[in-house]
Amino acid sequence: MIRFDLSRRFIRVWQRNFVVYRKTWKIGFIPPLLEPLFYLAAFGVGLGVMVGRVTYASNSIPYTTFIAPALIAVNIMQSAFFETTFASFVRMFYQKTFDGMLATPLSVDEIITGELLWGATKSAIGTFLMMLVISSFGLLHYPGALLLLPIAFLGGLAFACAGMICTAIVPTIEVFNLPIFLFITPMFLFGGTFFPLSNLPAWAQTVAQTLPLTHLVQLCRGVSLGGFSNNLLFSLLYLLLWISCFYPLAIVLMRRRLIK
Amino acid sequence: MTETAATPLVHAQDLRKTYGAMTAVDGVTFSIRRGECFGLLGPNGAGKTTTIRMLYGFTPRTSGSLELFGTNCDGSWRTIKSRIGVCQQDNTLDPDLTVAQNLKVFGGYFNLAKGQLQERIDNLLRFAALDNRRDADVRGLSGGMVRRLILARALINEPELLILDEPTTGLDPQSRHQLWSRLEDLKAQGLTTILTTHYMDEAERLCDRLVIMDQGRILVEGAPSELIHAHVGRTVIEIMAPESSIRALLQEKSVAFEDLGHRLIVYHRNGEELYRELISGEYREGCMLRPATLEDVFLRLTGRDLRE
Repeated sequence: MIRFDLSRRFIRVWQRNFVVYRKTWKIGFIPPLLEPLFYLAAFGVGLGVMVGRVTYASNSIPYTTFIAPALIAVNIMQSAFFETTFASFVRMFYQKTFDGMLATPLSVDEIITGELLWGATKSAIGTFLMMLVISSFGLLHYPGALLLLPIAFLGGLAFACAGMICTAIVPTIEVFNLPIFLFITPMFLFGGTFFPLSNLPAWAQTVAQTLPLTHLVQLCRGVSLGGFSNNLLFSLLYLLLWISCFYPLAIVLMRRRLIK
Repeated sequence: MTETAATPLVHAQDLRKTYGAMTAVDGVTFSIRRGECFGLLGPNGAGKTTTIRMLYGFTPRTSGSLELFGTNCDGSWRTIKSRIGVCQQDNTLDPDLTVAQNLKVFGGYFNLAKGQLQERIDNLLRFAALDNRRDADVRGLSGGMVRRLILARALINEPELLILDEPTTGLDPQSRHQLWSRLEDLKAQGLTTILTTHYMDEAERLCDRLVIMDQGRILVEGAPSELIHAHVGRTVIEIMAPESSIRALLQEKSVAFEDLGHRLIVYHRNGEELYRELISGEYREGCMLRPATLEDVFLRLTGRDLRE
């Protein structure tokens, strides 16, 4: 059993990242505002014409409605994962920000917790901005879709933990291409994002069910389209279980990396 | 143990740090008194940085005991760290933040209240002569400014112990002197300081007491002047381009000297007398008498081999 050395001071690490984010928020806001427009245009107008309608929860819905919540889920995954891989690695390795923090009353556990919660926060900010754009097309079902915000935070935390584990073990920044190619991209394509899981062969469906994005997409789609079911509870449980395994692992591995 | 005025601020007993088969610090014992500037000198790889990293809890000790402010460091590390200021060897300033933001955010790590923090930031920026650079990007600062900002940042929690790991490495003479005068101001205010350095003039100027380390151990400990007297004497004679006859002469007089080939360095109790004797003879040229320095002590004790 690991013992955490954790006080509320982790919020100071989160604040540090927030101060930096506020300096560049105008640039930070552009991707989550433009990305859904690009995807909806390409997939909705271009591909959607060929695809037509999709069956979801025994209803037939337009293709754009089907993919809109998945775009949010993908953004949640990418925001948090990129934050705790590339951005955290730069802070840790090149800027020595964590070394500086370790000369203060902050513990490694607090530094990493602050970083992870910041990754989750970035996912939630991105989700909020995407909701503004997607809602203007009438593709989200309110008030259920408001649950996207807490889901973004939870899903963001799950992927932030996964990213931080990579940061703890990669020798150089280039090696992040490996988890992106082997973990992020397959989920992006096969996690029930752009076509229903039922289109996959049975074995691939089983594999997909073990991956976090699949569950995040199901949650986002469920609350956005008003299709609540017990399956959502299962997906929620999956994310909670993921966090309860990988948060402690991220802490332990980062202690090993940072404490010399 | 409770803290009194007589309690040493730092008491390190038999500190040891090993990495696998490599021993970085091999049983180091020292105490630092309140108000004192204490130096750790030694060639690269002597274990200076590892020793002070153990002091401020960055590096866990393999063995040995450590008391700061009269308290054992194993229990209340957070309280102890809140009373220490650290200037690390690397530039750990936050390049994503401005000069003033660096101080503000760092003060946040110590949970300082906002009003109190603002006042300290103003004072420290004046102290570091950076008040006209308040909103500047730290990436645009000169080497000297960077070091002064790192020093100011280490003072944000008004520490009782300041730890400086090679504070002037890589600075030009002007910046070094400016930093030294800041450090002397702090010393005059009674701040206890521990310093590692490669520069013997820096150690001679700033340190009340110092240790010279090599290969993880302390070789000698004392005040700079004591060490010079004990290990070198008052003066040193340097003889340039020596001929073999002078080597023979010195050997005949059984005078200790170091032979660097093109230069002889003679350590002798009665340096002046020997020097007069030498220059009255055939060695008028290329013979020089100079006061002994800490650098002589350092090189005598740690040798002239490169440490790479």
